[in-house]
This record gives sequence, C-alpha cells and structure tokens, in this order.
Amino acid sequence: MVSEHSKQKIYFVFFQSTMILSVAILLFVLIFIFYGGAGVVNLNFLVNMWSHREITQGGIFPAIFGTFLLAVGVSVVSIPLGICTAIYLNEYAKENLLTRTIKLAIRNLAGVPSIVYGIFGLAFFALFLKLGGSLIAASLTLGCMTLPWIITASEESLKAVPNSFREGSYALGATKWQTIKTNVLPHSFSGIMTGAILGLSRAMGETAPIIMVGATFFIAHLPSSPFDKFMAMPYHLYILATQHSSPYAREYALGTALVLVALIFMLNLGVFALRYNLRKKKAW
Amino acid sequence: MFNYKTKEKLIGLFFSTTGIMTLLILIGIFAFLFVTGIHTFSEITPTDFFLGEQWNPAAYGEPSWGILSLIIGTLMMAFGSLVMAIPMGLAGAIYLSEIAGTKTRELLKPAIEMIAGIPSVVLGLIGILFLSPLISQVFGLSHGLNALTSSVIVGIMVLPTIISISEDVLTSLPNEFREASLALGATKWQMIRMTLFPAALSGIVAAIMLGLGRAIGETMVVLMVAGNAMAMPTSFFDPVRPMTANIAIEIKEVVTGSLHYEALFAIGLVLFVMTFIVNFISDIIIENRARKYKW
Repeated sequence: MVSEHSKQKIYFVFFQSTMILSVAILLFVLIFIFYGGAGVVNLNFLVNMWSHREITQGGIFPAIFGTFLLAVGVSVVSIPLGICTAIYLNEYAKENLLTRTIKLAIRNLAGVPSIVYGIFGLAFFALFLKLGGSLIAASLTLGCMTLPWIITASEESLKAVPNSFREGSYALGATKWQTIKTNVLPHSFSGIMTGAILGLSRAMGETAPIIMVGATFFIAHLPSSPFDKFMAMPYHLYILATQHSSPYAREYALGTALVLVALIFMLNLGVFALRYNLRKKKAW
Repeated sequence: MFNYKTKEKLIGLFFSTTGIMTLLILIGIFAFLFVTGIHTFSEITPTDFFLGEQWNPAAYGEPSWGILSLIIGTLMMAFGSLVMAIPMGLAGAIYLSEIAGTKTRELLKPAIEMIAGIPSVVLGLIGILFLSPLISQVFGLSHGLNALTSSVIVGIMVLPTIISISEDVLTSLPNEFREASLALGATKWQMIRMTLFPAALSGIVAAIMLGLGRAIGETMVVLMVAGNAMAMPTSFFDPVRPMTANIAIEIKEVVTGSLHYEALFAIGLVLFVMTFIVNFISDIIIENRARKYKW
C-alpha cells in the first residue's frame, strides 16, 4: 500500500516535471531557431533588398519594413477606435442587459479565428471596396481582428479602477469627462498600453489573413503608397519553408523566424516590465 | 468658446458615436460573412454540404461539396491537441498555483506567456523542419505530415491558454478552502484533489473550452504540417485537411462570386459559429463563477 505522502510526492514530481517540460519546449523552440537561423542573420540580411534569384545575395529588409508598416497601419486603425469604444462601454453606456450582451459578444469575437477575418477582408476591403491586395486592405483586415482584443483589454483595465475614484471626483464637482480624464484614464493608461502592445505583437505574427489581402513573396521595390502590395516577415518565412526550391531556403526561413521572434519577444518583454512596474505601484 | 456643459455633451457624443460605430463595424463583418456564405445553401442542400464525404469543387462535370472530411480533420486535430494539452496544462496550473514558490511563479508565468507569443507560422516551421521528420522516423512513415504532427504542435499553442486560465481559477479560490482541508489532516495533494479541484472544475472546463476554440481556428500550423490531403482520414497517421487550411489553400484560386467562393465562405461561417459557441460557453461559465464565488 502506497502511503498518502509518497503518493503526493509522486504526483508533485510529475507536476513539476510537466512544468519543466513546458519551459523546455519554449527553450527548444528558441534555441532551434537561433541555432538554425543565426548563421544567416547579419547586417546584410537585415538591411538589403531581397534578391530573388540568389537568395544568399539579398536580405529581408523589405519584409521587415512591410511588417513595420503593417504594424503602424493596424495601430492607426484599431488602437484609437478600440480605446474609445472601451471608454464608451465602461464609462458612458448604461449598465444594462444590452451593454452586458455587447461586452460578452466582443469578448467572443476576440476568439474568432484569424482566417475568418481574412476572408472577410478579402471579400470586403480587397474586392468590394476595390482596395485590391494592398497594405491598406491588410491593415484594415488585421485592424478589425485586433479591435476586439484591444477593446477587451482596455475595458478590463478601466473596470479595475475602483469606483471610489470616480465618486471622489464627482463629489468635488467635476464633470464626467473631467473625472475620466483626471481620475480614470491616468490609472488605467498602462493597462491599456499593455493590451495594445500585446495585440499589436500578435497581429505582427499573423500570417493566414495577410495571405489573402496583399502580402507577396517578392516585390522589387518598397511599397510607396498604401495601395501597394507588400512583403511581410511571417509570409516570407512561410513561403521559404513550404514552396521555395533553393537549398538555402531552410536556413533563410529560420533566419527570418529569428528576426520575427526577436522583435515580438522584445515587445513582450516591454509589456512584462510595464506590468511589473504597474503592480508595484498599485496599492488599492 | 463653449461653456463646459456643451463641451461635456460633445465629448460624450464623441465617445458614444465612435463606440457605437465600432460595434456596428463588428456586427457588419459578420453580417457580411453571413450573407455571402448563406448563399451557398440555395444551390447545395445543407445535408449534402455537412454530411457529404467528398469535397471536390473543381471536379470536371460533377463537383462535390461535402465538408464532412474537413470537419473530421478539424475535430481530430483539435481532439489530439487537447489530449496533449489538458494533462500538461492542468499539471502546470496546479504546480504554479499550489506548489511553486512566489519567485518561481513570477519567473515561470512570463515564460508560459512567451509560448503564447510565438507566431503560429514559426511553430509550423519547427513542425516541418523538426517534428515531422522525427515522427516519420519513429513510426516508420513515408512522411510526417499528418494529424498527429499537427496535433502536437497545436497542443503546444493551446497549452498557455489552459495553464494561465486554470491557474487564475485555482489562485482565486479562497484560502479558507485550503486551511480547512489541511486542518482536517489532509495532505497537500488530498487537499488539491478533494477540495480545490472540485471547486475549480467549472473554471477548468472553461479554460479547456477556450483552448478548444483556439485549436479549431488554428490555420498556419495545419496548413504547414497537417498534410492537407482531401481523403477521409482513418487514423492519426493520415494527412488531414482541416477547414481552416482548406479555406487558406483554395480562396486565392477561386473565381470571385462563384459557388466555390461562396462555399468557402460557408465553411468560414461554420468555423465562426463553432468557435463562437465554444467561447460563449466558456465565457458564461466564467461569469457565473465570478458571481457565485464572491468572497
């Protein structure tokens, strides 16, 4: 008969090793990408135009630039709208069944697969609005996808501000907007920012939607207007990994993955730092 | 110059308009999808669509429009990933909330979130370069692009969702539960198993549902490592073509407005409804818990 204590020991060791395994998977992914990709990442790789014939001659600068432009486009589309909507839902809308239903629906939209937003973007922005496959169509598509994430995150950090803050401000005779501006937003600002940055970093790694709305494997020039097609890192590495015939494709796919992951992790680390500071400051 | 009352009204009006406009946009997206997708059923009966085993819209002469094999592909992949992610996720959550010290937890939680931050296309790349050769070697297959490989990779993607939500649920349980159980002479594991686990069960189900929703919607990984054959899968070693991958593969080749185009939107609609229901259930559970356990 196994005693309760040895049973506990066995289970706890199992739990701990599972956790170690999860972290090991993360480390393995990082090391695999680094080990396979670091060989091709050099200054030339980062700043040169892509060379279509001899992939070893060029760099992925247009893909980095395209991903950057896309991130800017997505921020412009989704961050202001998302924050304003969250302020409306949390501060202005009456707290009733309708508002609660809307909040619930938005949280659920955040879980809708990105490919569904992709086909919507293709049908609506690219074809119906005749934007074609372009930077602006892709920004709008990913913007729609990011919107529910940003609304949900902003709403949560607005909700986290205690009501006594609002009441105290009203008691001093402040108007609603003065209250929001001086007593609500300052305390939820970093929460809103972390939500926005996380949403943006997820949007930057998205591949499925941009396949349909304008990402391309190779263009000879950088996009000069929002209506141009563009290169983007996730799509670039997808094509290199699955459809490219060059013997170096594998290394270059890993190199691209390394740059992309490094970028996204830097954004994530920024979020962790912001959140850590936030938690230390918050005393209520 | 406006007086403060007018200003106040204008600002209120601004937020209301942008808020309501955004909501209309979001409703509009799905109205648009719905209208495009639902058109399919004027030409294909729902029975043929959902229960037909053959998906071959490009066939010369008589195209077939059954998405059953695609649905089964999606379900196999989702099921396989959960078989891996549920035990690992629960074990991880229990470790983080009940066993690990504060310092360890502070360090491990961001690491888990980092896994969620890896773009799916990068995990797909690892699948192609590392896991699928490994699986084909271990099981003696001609290639490793099949339901099993994609399940493992999608399982890794789902893991952070299950760990972090279940961990939240466990940590939110009041300490009285733990103290009462320990005071009765229970060991820590008995306390977790008999007191905390039953109290957290609905929340853990919610976490699993959220994970399921993510698995169903995953596109890039399955596109890269699931093999994408159209035949009805018979085992986990068969290549599968889940619904998401099918849309991604075919949407760029179809004629806009054709029946094939509309049918792909109908598949998108099916995906939307599936994930929406799954997320909705998990949300209701979490809301109810929050109301029930107000300690």
